[in-house]
Amino acid sequence: MSEKLPGYKGKALETLLKIKAEVGDLVRVKKERVTYEGILIPRSELGDDKHIVIKIKSGYNIGIKVTSKTVIEKIGTMTKPSFKPPPPPEQKPNLPRVTIISTGGTIASRVDYRTGAVRPAISANDLYSIVPELSDIAAIDTEILFSVFSEDLTPKHWAETAKAVAKYIANGAQGVVITHGTDTMGYTAAALSFALQNLPVPVVLVGAQRSEDRPSSDAATNLIGAVIAAAQAPLAEVVVAMHETVSDEAIVLHRGTKVRKLHTSRRDAFKTVNANPVARVLDRKLVMLTDEYKPRSAGKKLVLKPDFNEKVALVKFYPGMNPNLIEWHIEAGYKGLILEGTGLGHVRRECFAAIKKAIDKGIIVAMTSQCIWGRVNMNVYTNGRDLTAMGVIPLEDMLAETALVKLMWILGQTSDMEKAKKLLTTNISGEISARSVEPIPPPKTLAPNDRGA
Amino acid sequence: MNIDYSKIGLKVGLECHQQLDTQEKLFCACKPQLFKGEPEITFLRRLRPTQSELGQTDPAAFFEFKKGIKILYEANSETSCLVEMDEEPPHQLNPEALEITLTTALMIGARPVDEVHVMRKVVIDGSNTTGFQRTCVIALNGAITVNGKRVPIEHISLEEDAARKTGAEGLTVRYRIDRLCVPLIEVTTAPVIYTPEEAEKVAFAIGRILRATRKVKRGLGTIRQDLNVSITDGALIEIKGVQELELISKVIRHEVKRQINLLKIRDELMARGLKEDEIKNEFVDVTSAFTNTNCKILKKAVKRGNPILAVKLPKFAGLLGKELIPGLRLGTEMADRAKFWGRVGGILHTDEIASYGVTEDEIDAVRKLVKATDQDAVVIVADVKENALDALEAVTERAREALKGVPEETRAANPDGTTRYMRPRPGAARMYPETDVPPIPITDEYVKQLRSQLPELPSQRTQKLMKRYGLNKKLAWQLQDSEYGDLFETIVETTNMPPNFVAATLTETFKALKRDGVEVSRVTGERIVEVFRLVSSEKTSKEAIPEIITWLSKHEDAEPADAVKALGLTMISPAELESMIDELIKKNERLINERGAKAFGFLMGAIMREHRGKVKAELVSRMIRQKLLEKQRKG
Repeated sequence: MSEKLPGYKGKALETLLKIKAEVGDLVRVKKERVTYEGILIPRSELGDDKHIVIKIKSGYNIGIKVTSKTVIEKIGTMTKPSFKPPPPPEQKPNLPRVTIISTGGTIASRVDYRTGAVRPAISANDLYSIVPELSDIAAIDTEILFSVFSEDLTPKHWAETAKAVAKYIANGAQGVVITHGTDTMGYTAAALSFALQNLPVPVVLVGAQRSEDRPSSDAATNLIGAVIAAAQAPLAEVVVAMHETVSDEAIVLHRGTKVRKLHTSRRDAFKTVNANPVARVLDRKLVMLTDEYKPRSAGKKLVLKPDFNEKVALVKFYPGMNPNLIEWHIEAGYKGLILEGTGLGHVRRECFAAIKKAIDKGIIVAMTSQCIWGRVNMNVYTNGRDLTAMGVIPLEDMLAETALVKLMWILGQTSDMEKAKKLLTTNISGEISARSVEPIPPPKTLAPNDRGA
Repeated sequence: MNIDYSKIGLKVGLECHQQLDTQEKLFCACKPQLFKGEPEITFLRRLRPTQSELGQTDPAAFFEFKKGIKILYEANSETSCLVEMDEEPPHQLNPEALEITLTTALMIGARPVDEVHVMRKVVIDGSNTTGFQRTCVIALNGAITVNGKRVPIEHISLEEDAARKTGAEGLTVRYRIDRLCVPLIEVTTAPVIYTPEEAEKVAFAIGRILRATRKVKRGLGTIRQDLNVSITDGALIEIKGVQELELISKVIRHEVKRQINLLKIRDELMARGLKEDEIKNEFVDVTSAFTNTNCKILKKAVKRGNPILAVKLPKFAGLLGKELIPGLRLGTEMADRAKFWGRVGGILHTDEIASYGVTEDEIDAVRKLVKATDQDAVVIVADVKENALDALEAVTERAREALKGVPEETRAANPDGTTRYMRPRPGAARMYPETDVPPIPITDEYVKQLRSQLPELPSQRTQKLMKRYGLNKKLAWQLQDSEYGDLFETIVETTNMPPNFVAATLTETFKALKRDGVEVSRVTGERIVEVFRLVSSEKTSKEAIPEIITWLSKHEDAEPADAVKALGLTMISPAELESMIDELIKKNERLINERGAKAFGFLMGAIMREHRGKVKAELVSRMIRQKLLEKQRKG
């Protein structure tokens, strides 16, 4: 793919290269009896290799098929816009220092209406000029750590992120915000909850469900909420800050070990599971919703434990599941298996032999539920009792994904399997709660009158 | 005022928008329908203007955002889903809508693009939950011929309709998203229309072609024309939302008059020697002049503790009250701006302040405070200080523009053919690709297939109407041009109503009703067809149709059967009729005996007078004749 002709390939690319055209140039396309004029536009990666795209005078893009009869000529070069960001708003003095670490997924950007390109805001100044509200809340430092789609992140990225957070806290950040693609934000939140022990300040993950180039994006509202949390929240834990409802009103903070993405596209996709959110930001004010949290304290010394063992897998049981799937993990040298069983924590008896074999080989096998909501209890049915007798460890009300991350982290810290098992059932970062409480619905005044989710 | 339009250099371009009659919306499977009553779902949003690469944001949009405008959306589950709520990406472009648009394009000789690219056109007033309207060009370079003149059609586009505004309270604007995402075709002409009448004819011709596809919606709000109007020395004014074809020429005539009068004001200001820098943003608190005022508006403001601010407009005396078009003065234009930018209820100015109960002494006091003479005008605003300042700033801005002539702006059409300020004209087109919808190739094979099955052109259709249904030429064309024309075949094919009667009802009768102020467009096509069915099955009479349609236009939720019932137009059964005739004959025994068969006319008249619309005249006549005959025989 050509850098000057992004997206173009095959015949279309060939034709454009021949006339030395690049995106942004003014071109004239003659085809049979018709002539088109416009600015050459980048081609979508999904597009075929037979069309070129131009923006005509009215601002519309059209695709023109390149055939043997098509004649394209370059009739002008557009001057590249020289971007001068508007002056950043005046920074209020004595604001808390907050670092924004970006891992991918842009949170603020500008649109180049000539070519349709969307460019991310990178520097703190850029960010202030696009989200001017931030300059009233905190003095901000920014770092682009990675630019990775969240589904491409691995436990190695979790470790890198944890180290970066530790570095900025050591440098005096009074709160850290991490911008993150939403798909696996819950996993990273859990990972950081374990890797960053004894935090002195809050660490807030934030994302957007609507891309930031559109006026209706939730990115800025979420970011403002996250920076308020990082700068002001009295807690010192890893949390996720996202919309509470589909309205652009309240941002809630979810504990990093209890949060799950529960909708593919809604703004309020993230929910706290088996507990309640820990805080709400409304009208720029943060209100704690619980007394049970680890408090912010400048005196605390952060303990960084960034190692994860990737030989742990999450296996979702389904009716008729072939036990060979479990066998495969044994063969492949896995050290831990988190089962996502049905209901209170069950799998079919056909799988018992394979599970027993795994446990006999010293693999830790633990049970969570695919119900998502609720606690496993393996004493109620024979099947559960037999699995427990075999050595399968029930994981209470822990989310399956959190259990996976936790076991990776434990096995990154120790190879003592007995110690590991003990840690797995010990509450470290709020991942296990002793009581199952009824979730408190959002206040009526802000809950949309909505029957969904 | 008699205007020679060619002399003043009138140029008009049209953008005709019409809703397509598809099964589903443009980017989701929701029904393209509106709902009434309370919404099932509401949610609150804010739209944040996106910065462009050039660091620009739309000033009006950014202003609204800074003010903290919130949008409360209303929805119900039948007419909208997560897509319209901007909580789910758009689905693929509705192929039915694409086909209708392509068909229209081919009918007017436009050339389809090889690949359709859906764009986002930034619109930040809340009418789109996303902050942009999804739109795409389907074909370019067509033309239609109107009265022998070739009118180029520059674009044929397919776009989503916007949400409809249902109210505003303080900083919250309410929009209903049922209409959002309804497919709209947009036909854009070149600006080559030179008289108001020609504009109407062109719009009419475009409408005729759209209706020939038989896939467009009918009724109030389904068709909207935007007009781009300019005259030499004036400005290009975009007028949005003309809903009736018959209003187009009126709107243009008004707009021309408005521009001419604004130019006259400019000339007068220049003659008075006004310089732009004489208009200063010096806003003076004049509350002290009104401590004991009898002016209700100002009294209320003082009571609330709001300041009364004033600004001097030098050399403007007498010009603010000058009428531009009926109901619109320069003062009104300033008030519209003040309302938009300052969110105030309105302004008061020295040209008409006396009618608001302000005394001469008070005016003198104000003039003294702002150092104004009799040559100057003074504008007064009473509101929260911040709003009042914004409002007066907008007023001085408009005053400076008055010195230059006609300011470029987007105006909205009023139902009476006048217009009002809507917003500043948006800068350069703010369009960028809708990356969530992949480009759609239009293959040669597909175009060829559509070309082979194009709907009949209006001339072909009238020929057929004449031949198959025996209509005369005039009626056939009237039917073709009527927005109800496409109901004709359905009615004729599914009832036993005579074609000539159906055609005349759909055209002449409906036209007469409209002339009498009946909003026929509020009656759906299905209901109109049903009315004919009721007549056909003798549930009511054909004479009752106008009354039923009138009733239905006022009762949009009701069915034709309800109308028949409510109006007491249920047909009298033959048995009832018979006993009524028997009774009538009995009562008039003597008369009948005297006149014999000649009494028929009297009896017929008596029954019809009392029961018109409830009996079929043929049946009455037959029955009376028979009864008279029987009586004669017996007698």
